[in-house]
Amino acid sequence: MYDKTVRRRRAVLGLLVVSSLILLTAYFGEPAGGALHSVQRGVLQVVSPIQEGASRALKPVRDLFGWVGDTVSAKGELKSARRDRDQWRASAIRNEAAARDNRQLRGLLGLDQAPQSLKAFDPVTARVTGSSPTLWYVRIFIDRGSSSGLQVDQPVIASDGSGDEGNGLIGKVETVASNSSTVRLITDASVAVAARTVSGNATGVVTPKVGNPRDLILKYTRKDDQIASGDVVVTAGTTSKRDDLAAPYPPDLPIGRVTRIDEPGSESQEVHLRPFVDLQHVEWVQVLTKKVDNNR
Amino acid sequence: MPPITPKLLFRAAVLGVAVVVIQVAAVSQVLLFGTNADLTPLVVASVGLLCGSLPGALFGFGVGLFVDTALVQTMGLSSLVFVVAGYWAGRLRELRDPQAAVVPMIVGAAATAVTTIGFGLMNFLLGIDAPVSFLLLRQILATIVLNALIALPVFAIVRRWLSPVLPEDPRRRRRRAYTTGGLSPLSRA
Repeated sequence: MYDKTVRRRRAVLGLLVVSSLILLTAYFGEPAGGALHSVQRGVLQVVSPIQEGASRALKPVRDLFGWVGDTVSAKGELKSARRDRDQWRASAIRNEAAARDNRQLRGLLGLDQAPQSLKAFDPVTARVTGSSPTLWYVRIFIDRGSSSGLQVDQPVIASDGSGDEGNGLIGKVETVASNSSTVRLITDASVAVAARTVSGNATGVVTPKVGNPRDLILKYTRKDDQIASGDVVVTAGTTSKRDDLAAPYPPDLPIGRVTRIDEPGSESQEVHLRPFVDLQHVEWVQVLTKKVDNNR
Repeated sequence: MPPITPKLLFRAAVLGVAVVVIQVAAVSQVLLFGTNADLTPLVVASVGLLCGSLPGALFGFGVGLFVDTALVQTMGLSSLVFVVAGYWAGRLRELRDPQAAVVPMIVGAAATAVTTIGFGLMNFLLGIDAPVSFLLLRQILATIVLNALIALPVFAIVRRWLSPVLPEDPRRRRRRAYTTGGLSPLSRA
């Protein structure tokens, strides 16, 4: 009897491990349009309305925790305001949600009115309904999909509502269902964005610093490029008549501001940027759905 | 180990779906001490601790599969690490049956470490490029500490949700009889 129980337990464990490995192998072996990827898109379609509902329902809780987190991190600055905190807490939580939405939407409107005229790219506004919980897949989920004209690889911009410098590129569309999509953020290890500095016209590729979403690195700059702390970095947006060579992002989308340069003046210099958008506080995004002059 | 009844399956399924939805829709978006809590390994470990190795491993597999499917991740990866966490927590209960109040906290922290580090190792083995940095290690450690802090309430909620379908703990029954005036099992013997 004992042997039978032990054997059954081990058999089930072995079966589960083998099933996981088979799934893993099959997933890696199949193309993006394969059966398992299709299942994922189907589940995304079914789960996204639930996720969206939960996101809205849990927003006050999220805001409450976010508020607590912000308060803890800004403890020193808030010393003088501590006495008033309890009095204002209840009303602040009620008002915070509406105020943040308002700020972010106004920020997005500001991007619409930027000189590069993003209106030409038919931006579609979407609400963030969730974010991936792992360190390895840096994604967010949005409530618009193919029915709104979204396609894979379209660039995504956002505002975190913190002011003029809180607007910019945050990633690109990765998976599309009919009414929801996933966005791979620029802080994901697999994302690289061709970029240039606004003042010195130095060019390079922006990649993330894994583990720190507030630090990006501009790689492959030349040693004689004129780069200084405080320079603004934007998308390079190279164009080409060949679709496969064109950059997926239009030119001049703000990415971040240079904070420091490691090994300046050498071939291996690394330029560190602070992204304009604080990705932890994004609740609204815009997807650029139309190609203009061979830019997305 | 409790029998795997339809009621237990139903409650476990609801728990699995709810935890993933809450994780994605709320917990992942709340930054505390520079990191996010991760409820999934805590819940998987709690189910293992309450139900045993086999239900723990099955629940881990199911939750992992749902996580990978719903979050559009590499399928099979989360299942593999959650199977290990659920099975290991269940075996701990079956072999040692630890009773200290901090057990869920320690097991939660260990399950988080197993899943986070296991997930990272699997990613490296699969060639998903991400440099190991001090920041990444710091974030993993912060997640483990944060999860350890919230492990007790999470365990309490899971126990409350599953307790109607679990057989009553004999120790608890004995303790209740003894404290309410019944004879101690020792004196009866």
